Amino acid sequence: MRLKPLMLAIACLVMTAVAAQPARAEIEVNVNRGDVQPLPIAVPAFSGQQGADIAQVISANLERSGLFRPLDPASFIERDINIGVQPRFGDWKQINAQALVNGQVTVEGGRLRVDFRLWDVYAEQQLLGLQFTSSPENWRRVAHKISDAVYERLTGEKGYFDTRVVFVAESGSRAKRIKRLAIMDQDGANPSYLTDGSYIVMTPRFSSSSQEITYMSLRPEGSAIYLFNLETGRRESLGNFQGMVFAPRFSPDGGKVAFSVERGGNSDIYVMSLSSRSSSRLTSDPSIDTSPSFSPDGSRIVFNSDRSGSPQIYVMGADGSAPRRISYGSGRYTTPVWSPTGEFIAFTKQEGGQFHIGVMRPDGSDERILTSSYLDEGPTWAPNGRVLMFSRETAGGAPRLWSVDVTGRVLQPMPYPGSGSDPAWSPLLN
Amino acid sequence: MVRSVNTSAALRLALVGAAALSLAACASRPKPQPEAAPPATTPPPAAQPSETPPPVSGGPIAPVPGSTQDFVINVGERVYFDLDSHDVRDDARPILDAQSAWLRRYPSVRVRIEGNADERGTREYNLALGARRANAVRDYLVNAGVTSDRISTISFGKEQPIDPGTSEEAYQKNRNARTAIVSGAR
Repeated sequence: MRLKPLMLAIACLVMTAVAAQPARAEIEVNVNRGDVQPLPIAVPAFSGQQGADIAQVISANLERSGLFRPLDPASFIERDINIGVQPRFGDWKQINAQALVNGQVTVEGGRLRVDFRLWDVYAEQQLLGLQFTSSPENWRRVAHKISDAVYERLTGEKGYFDTRVVFVAESGSRAKRIKRLAIMDQDGANPSYLTDGSYIVMTPRFSSSSQEITYMSLRPEGSAIYLFNLETGRRESLGNFQGMVFAPRFSPDGGKVAFSVERGGNSDIYVMSLSSRSSSRLTSDPSIDTSPSFSPDGSRIVFNSDRSGSPQIYVMGADGSAPRRISYGSGRYTTPVWSPTGEFIAFTKQEGGQFHIGVMRPDGSDERILTSSYLDEGPTWAPNGRVLMFSRETAGGAPRLWSVDVTGRVLQPMPYPGSGSDPAWSPLLN
Repeated sequence: MVRSVNTSAALRLALVGAAALSLAACASRPKPQPEAAPPATTPPPAAQPSETPPPVSGGPIAPVPGSTQDFVINVGERVYFDLDSHDVRDDARPILDAQSAWLRRYPSVRVRIEGNADERGTREYNLALGARRANAVRDYLVNAGVTSDRISTISFGKEQPIDPGTSEEAYQKNRNARTAIVSGAR
């Protein structure tokens, strides 16, 4: 569970220019268009210790993004990887690879050093050359960081592969579900449990500024909101409130937690300063006000309220001022989450007996529905604001984690094989 | 083979011997008059088909008045709600009236009202909806004369369905509030 430190070496590997064909427009991958053909890319096994595993993790990441099509290694012609020399571009053109990622792993003084290069095959040019150093057991994070570097270089968007997901792992029968707080890498690797399943846990969230999560627990004796530090293991309750406390989220600077308090059947949104531990109430309508989510600059909060008679999405100042409804389609809107880039608000919508994950602009315009099923709910944003993870449950089944990109084109189950709900994506790890 | 004569065999021999001696002795005395044989005892009536004994009634004994069982069985611990609603329905009123009467009869009992929702909603909103339902029941009971310090509320949202099915009937069962006895019952 503890995050191991990773050192990013700043060395950039540069190749001397080679006389080549006339310069061609650089390859580019467009994340915003829903109709792109994934870019054929070759990621042969890196030479050295763990080299094949690292290449495999990179390939899987790129393929899962829906923007790349890693080619079958059995088709590769050039076999000797030596990143000290230019690749035999002809061999790669022959199998229609437009991009090539090759690399080598060396062990120096008990540390893993991974060098890699990203090549534009048809332009016969190196696009990127970097080096990472880490402890040997951290090789997966190196693969994720390389994936992010390749993704960013080719799409112009920041990557999202060196991240983790905190969620609720579910087991047991539908009438008596066992819920355990859990955390894993975004590709489903390294899952571990954070609670023991003896009480209900719900709706965890990451802090964007520290290795801290917040979540809600529910026992017959009452509810509580916890802060849990992943590095130190320290766990503390947010404090005692009269009534049910739920729906906790951090502010973007990590200094505050917004949450709901229910009293006498009425639920309102509060915000607490983590330094002073004083709270202020942001909503006072006799309606359900819950599921707050801060804008990335911390100045506004989007939330769920049924003050109009049915659950809808509202935006207000972070001080509770001027709440304004932004959802106007037919149906019920809940679980609003502001994207980390500020561009979109994702939500769950119920209409016609179906559940949908959708996005809209922060002013409510441009609503687009991305998914539809018996029960899709609770989207969370990848830190680059391009991909959402959510929970999907079939009628009579158990929930599983799925992801969809913001165009709606790339929809797939997450690699984690177990049952899970309430996912929350971490920021890019340091 | 030498047989040892055991004690009981010797005793029997002695009794027989004694009987023989007494008979011999009786021979020299006047024969006693035979007495009228005592009347034969009435033979037991011939076995007749007797009535099957009444069956032992199985099953629970009536709940102790004032017990949790009494409350659950004789009063009813759950009331049900319409979709998206927390209004106390007409069919819930008699049950809640009976609950309040029972609670007033047993003033040491404390209860926790648990509000529940069906799965056709999202997690946090349904938690809030369950809380509304729990509070609607609480308000009803308080208005009916149960003091509020005896009642706590909690919501389980959609986390604890009593029916795991996916039919409308199952969803209806899961839209409920349960009055759970937490202390003070017999």
